[in-house]
Amino acid sequence: MQKPKLVYTTFIRTTPKKLWAAITKPEFTRQYWAGLANVSDWKKGSPWQHVTRGDKPEIYITGKVLECIPPKRLVLSWADPDDLADKSRVTFEIEATKDLVCLTVTHDKFKAGSTMANKVSWGWPRVLSSMKSFLETGKGLNVFGGR
Amino acid sequence: MQPNGCIMRGEMDAVFKALADESRRKLLDLLHKNNGQTLGELCEHLDMTRQAVTKHLLLLEAANLVVVVWRGREKLHYLNPVPIHEIAERWIGKYERHRLQALSDLKKGLEEKKKG
Repeated sequence: MQKPKLVYTTFIRTTPKKLWAAITKPEFTRQYWAGLANVSDWKKGSPWQHVTRGDKPEIYITGKVLECIPPKRLVLSWADPDDLADKSRVTFEIEATKDLVCLTVTHDKFKAGSTMANKVSWGWPRVLSSMKSFLETGKGLNVFGGR
Repeated sequence: MQPNGCIMRGEMDAVFKALADESRRKLLDLLHKNNGQTLGELCEHLDMTRQAVTKHLLLLEAANLVVVVWRGREKLHYLNPVPIHEIAERWIGKYERHRLQALSDLKKGLEEKKKG
């Protein structure tokens, strides 16, 4: 078994259903993920995309839905559309406890020499703390530092 | 994964406490360099007993700065910088906003003075 590359967790005061919606519904992702949306019908085998808003959305990340068990587990393949060979895998796991929900994001299966690994190890902590802020206060953070 | 009760209440206290120790910061640096190490691997780089390293790792885990993943019987430790970003946003971000507000008030004040 290969060692996973990146593992992140955050404990959020919310419900698994709301957290699931925050990951899978464009109107929510836009509010904490630098204005970008995750778009898919979220069925196993379907494509998914991480895209900008507007009439001609720009695709930042693309992949397939590998597993989808709402509101518990979502597994996606993950690649830059300009470098599809540099493919990796992201797993979201949602676990409820008494009044907190634990979200674990594991990003692994990077190919050797992947440039994506560096990019996402910068991005994930920002996105996840913004997601936590969004779910707990209704306001996301300025994720990637733009003003 | 079970969050323990004290994380909820003293979430940020736990993070500040965990970061206020040089050995624990060194552990985080080691994981930043090479993520997913076992206790044994981490001990190789540290001039500390195995017990001391274990204690530090437990504190880092309680603060959610380190996440543990089991691979068979191996316990792998991963750096989780998410709480550090929460602190940066709530503290540093907050002060920066005040500074920007002060500058914008100064500008407004000077401009009004010019007019008057």
